[in-house]
Amino acid sequence: MSPTNSPRLVDSFTAPKEVLQEFAELAEEDNVDPFAETASKRQIAARQSDYHNRRFNRVAQDGVDVFKQVDEGAEVEGGYKDAMRLARLEQEEARVRRAIEEKERKEREEGKMKMDLDKTPPAAELQDVAMELAAAKELAEAREREAASGVKRKRRWDVTEPTDENVDPNKPDQGEWSKDALEASAPKKRRSRWDATPAENITAVGETPKRSRWDQVAPVHEAPMTQIIMNAPGIMHDDKHNRYLTDEELDAILPSSGYVIVTPPPGYAPMVAPRKLMPPSVTEVGGFHIQESSDAAAIAAAAGLAPELPTEIPGVGNLAFFKPEDAQYFAKILKEEDETQLSVDEMKERKIMRLLLKIKNGTPPVRKTALRQITDKAREFGAGPLFDKILPLLMERTLEDQERHLLVKVIDRVLYKLDDLVRPYVHKILVVIEPLLIDEDYYARVEGREIISNLAKAAGLAHMISTMRPDIDHADEYVRNTTARAFSVVASALGIPALLPFLKAVCRSKKSWQARHTGVRIVQQIAIMMGCAVLPHLRSLVGCIAHGLTDEQQKVRTMTALAIAALAEAAAPYGIESFDEVLRPLWLGIRQHRGKGLAAFLKAIGFIIPLMDPEYASYYTKEVTVILIREFQTSDEEMKKIVLKVVKQCAATEGVTAQYIKQDILPDFFKSFWVRRMALDRRNYRQVVETTVELAQKAGVAEIVGRIVNELKDEAEPYRKMVMETITKVVATLGASDIDERLEVRLVDGIIYSFQEQTTEDQVMLDGFGTVVNALGIRVKPYLTQIVSTILWRLNNKSAKVRQQAADLTTRLAIVIKQCGEDQLLSKLGLVLFEQLGEEYPDTLGSIIAAEGAIANVVGMTQMNPPVKDLLPRMTPILRNRHEKVQEASINLIGRIADRGAEFVPAREWMRICFELLDLLKAHKKAIRRAAVNSFGYIAKSLGPQDVLSVLLTNLRVQERQSRVCSTVAIAIVAETCGPFTCIPAILNEYRTAELNVRTGCLKALTFVFEYVGPQSAYYVDSVVTMLEDALTDRDLVHRQTASVIVKHLALGCAGLGCEDTMLHLMNLVWPNCFETSPHVIGAVMDAVEAMRLALGPGVLLSYTLQGLFHPARKVREVYWRIYNSLYLGAADSLVPFYPDLSELSEGQNVYDRHPLQMFV
Amino acid sequence: MSSELRYTANTQLEHLHARYTGTGHADLTKYEWITHQHRDSLASIMGHPPLLSYLAIADGEAMGRVRFEMTERMLQPCGPPPRKDDD
Repeated sequence: MSPTNSPRLVDSFTAPKEVLQEFAELAEEDNVDPFAETASKRQIAARQSDYHNRRFNRVAQDGVDVFKQVDEGAEVEGGYKDAMRLARLEQEEARVRRAIEEKERKEREEGKMKMDLDKTPPAAELQDVAMELAAAKELAEAREREAASGVKRKRRWDVTEPTDENVDPNKPDQGEWSKDALEASAPKKRRSRWDATPAENITAVGETPKRSRWDQVAPVHEAPMTQIIMNAPGIMHDDKHNRYLTDEELDAILPSSGYVIVTPPPGYAPMVAPRKLMPPSVTEVGGFHIQESSDAAAIAAAAGLAPELPTEIPGVGNLAFFKPEDAQYFAKILKEEDETQLSVDEMKERKIMRLLLKIKNGTPPVRKTALRQITDKAREFGAGPLFDKILPLLMERTLEDQERHLLVKVIDRVLYKLDDLVRPYVHKILVVIEPLLIDEDYYARVEGREIISNLAKAAGLAHMISTMRPDIDHADEYVRNTTARAFSVVASALGIPALLPFLKAVCRSKKSWQARHTGVRIVQQIAIMMGCAVLPHLRSLVGCIAHGLTDEQQKVRTMTALAIAALAEAAAPYGIESFDEVLRPLWLGIRQHRGKGLAAFLKAIGFIIPLMDPEYASYYTKEVTVILIREFQTSDEEMKKIVLKVVKQCAATEGVTAQYIKQDILPDFFKSFWVRRMALDRRNYRQVVETTVELAQKAGVAEIVGRIVNELKDEAEPYRKMVMETITKVVATLGASDIDERLEVRLVDGIIYSFQEQTTEDQVMLDGFGTVVNALGIRVKPYLTQIVSTILWRLNNKSAKVRQQAADLTTRLAIVIKQCGEDQLLSKLGLVLFEQLGEEYPDTLGSIIAAEGAIANVVGMTQMNPPVKDLLPRMTPILRNRHEKVQEASINLIGRIADRGAEFVPAREWMRICFELLDLLKAHKKAIRRAAVNSFGYIAKSLGPQDVLSVLLTNLRVQERQSRVCSTVAIAIVAETCGPFTCIPAILNEYRTAELNVRTGCLKALTFVFEYVGPQSAYYVDSVVTMLEDALTDRDLVHRQTASVIVKHLALGCAGLGCEDTMLHLMNLVWPNCFETSPHVIGAVMDAVEAMRLALGPGVLLSYTLQGLFHPARKVREVYWRIYNSLYLGAADSLVPFYPDLSELSEGQNVYDRHPLQMFV
Repeated sequence: MSSELRYTANTQLEHLHARYTGTGHADLTKYEWITHQHRDSLASIMGHPPLLSYLAIADGEAMGRVRFEMTERMLQPCGPPPRKDDD
């Protein structure tokens, strides 16, 4: 070890100094929110990719209900025509911008080239640069002067403080996660109406804006040049220490007398802020004020107001949380107002806001009632005001999953109520909801689909098409993508045939390839979403897109191939005749294409081949194989995956012969894919294994295993694992009979090698070992000594994982070792495992016990070494272990011993185990409870039920409900295994105890007894009748409920066994309980009545129900009809003979005679 | 929990019942109920060939004819619905 003079190693460790220092600094910094990082994870926008966040760039059309206005004869404005014009304009804009960028890029490149060619730039250029520099310097100086003077100029405190537009309100927020980071990560914004404040807001602030709030979200502050200077620490106007004092504050500071507020001199105008994008912030009387802009929160935070975020809003009550961002949307309801001065519309708006806030931020009960209210009043509120409030909330960047879910739910409910009133808002809703369709979260996608399909049903196909048509050839790919998905949802909601003519037209669009591309993509999405439901329309769908395979645009061709692949996948295994049209272009296509296009074409072929007849499949496979083999060498990951998939699909078809696979595919396949590199990528790994297993189905075990078995000794562990997994799967499906002696030696050798060499104890290796050895059966006999010595060695390893794995392997091999007749080895393993029972790691201990159990199972209790009488006492204390795996393994072992070898263990030991087992009856895992209950049965059988039963009956007196319930179950098990006659008298006797718990326990035990013994209960019906009479007439509800359950099980058990008289008696006792209202009781009673239908026949039950079907009291009628209905549903046909003869009720033209029943020969 | 059950268990049962033809409710009229009974009786006879042949013999008609007539009869087995009293 260390030399003597070196300092002694300290045996306690603390964190390094710099780490502690860092934490201390962090703590000192103000406003450090340790959860900030996780909070941003919750935010959808922060988590998603740039592509997803492109949704913030979308512009919603101003909606009109075209149909309605046409009906009314009004001029349609801003409708479809305008939308299309707008779309064209945007496209043109994007095109021009691209052209400009292109030109600039070219010029830059040329310039660069010039620079490269000519080391010294020409004098003219130098001069230019110098002049530019001078100008910039001058400008900067001027700005500085201006800024400095601006600071020095005294500001009069009686003048309203002008908001300084130049201060970047985001500045103080820099360190936080919210705004800046998001804005930075989001792609550059295109100017859209989302971003800019509309003009009239600037001019007339006081007016109520005519436009909806929809249009005025978040004015964007284009950062002016002076920003940096103005943000210098000294001039931070918005900082709470530096802001100007307000009138109130000055009033408070200055004495009230002796000072006069001077009126401003005539002609004085307060300095006008240079830009007026943001409305001037009016200083609010009352301290707390939130501006209606997305930066309000930042400003509030800067002013030191952030901590005062409200948790209780007037008229809303307590909220679960309140985010600073919420303030801007709910500003109007945050402050107290005089409601009498508000107009009806304003009141409505406030009401909606309150409900939304409750739904979004409230606790579950609050949310529930608010949701119900908003749904009920949806039509009253109207579509406009509702969506004006909901949709901006959904576009908030800091939205979290839960909030989104709730808001989407609101839309869903509201849509349902509003029906065609939503028409003007369809596009706005789509803009917000479409992004959900490409969300990573499955549930978000489902929600989005549901909303769009409801929307389609409410607005109608024509309106949906005219709303979404402009987006189909939108310049932005994101918009086209989401629109295609939305269209597929519409198709599934309104039926494919309705959409087909439109799709045909779009896919043939001459104007733009984007439209064709989107049309094909719609078809693809329809196929993906609707699955085999496309079959009836398969031909027309394929017909729609077929010509896309020969489109002039590469992208359209690729997308068409993908769509055909999706259609074929959805249609499998039917519908090959619909693809006739595309076969030729596809097969020609794979010769012409390269790269991405080829991948798509191959994919389509891969999905079409399995649909074909065997002979065609074989022909086409041969055609495509040439290309596939060429592409085996591709370096493109995507292509690799597709090639593997296609190979798998081809190999799986009937027409492809083993011979062909062996000769033409396997050599190249193994050369290109069975290389170490493939094991490194998870997806490649899986795909290669799957494909190889599929090939093995045709080529046989020996062929495949023989090729890869040597790789089991490869030096790369992931690769060995990949080999092992493949061998496992192949052998598991096809067996090992194909493997000859030489291969067998190599295989076993390789498996033992790779098992021993593994560094991470893996399930794959374990499964592989188990599967191969079990498949080989007695053929492993020669290797067993070696295998067992490996296991023994590993059982004593110092790593718990290794020991556990060795034990698990023993469990798997026990049967084979027994088959090979190596009992010697088994008893050796058993002894070693027995010695290991002191294991401290619960996982390992569980495996060891399971292994011991497996050995005991194959060897039998008599031959077991260690003998059972030693093993069991060792297990008793282990039963107290709380670990589930240990519990399960030990209870299984004990149960097996109790079942097969109970006589080897003294009765005292069994009683001790009984007490321990009572605890296991309330385990969380069902398997453990079941094993424990079964063990009770075995133990009771071997000991005789008396002792066990008395333990259990005494246990009914304990306080804890859980263990009482478990005891009742155990009693029932004892009754089942030892015969009901052993238990029922004891239970009936116990029922006479005065204690309520015990009586309920007895009843409960009887329910289980009769449930388990089934038809045997016919013998015991009469003996329990008196007790049931007592229980069914008890005042206590639970008694009657449990007794009804007993009656149910009795009736079901002895139906058709001649106990009708007793059953009728019990029926009379149960029947009056049908008016109970407590849910559990009425449930039990209805069940009992239903069971009586079987025991007594439906006729008897019908005569009971006839009494009350037309009773004058509705309450009675309702109950009787419910019983009648379940009777009718259970036995409609057999009721026919029992219907009463109602001929005397006939009146006028209604004859109620059932004539056919009155005929006789 | 109990309130939850009250809202689910029984109401659900009733919803479930209401899905099937032939089930009833507290406001069912005599005419509707008996009509269901008649239809069930006719269906039952048609569904049990021995019964059908028995009726065919009694009527002196072919089985197909009897079955056809019964099917026709199912439309309004008890005549047209009684006029609703305006209340």
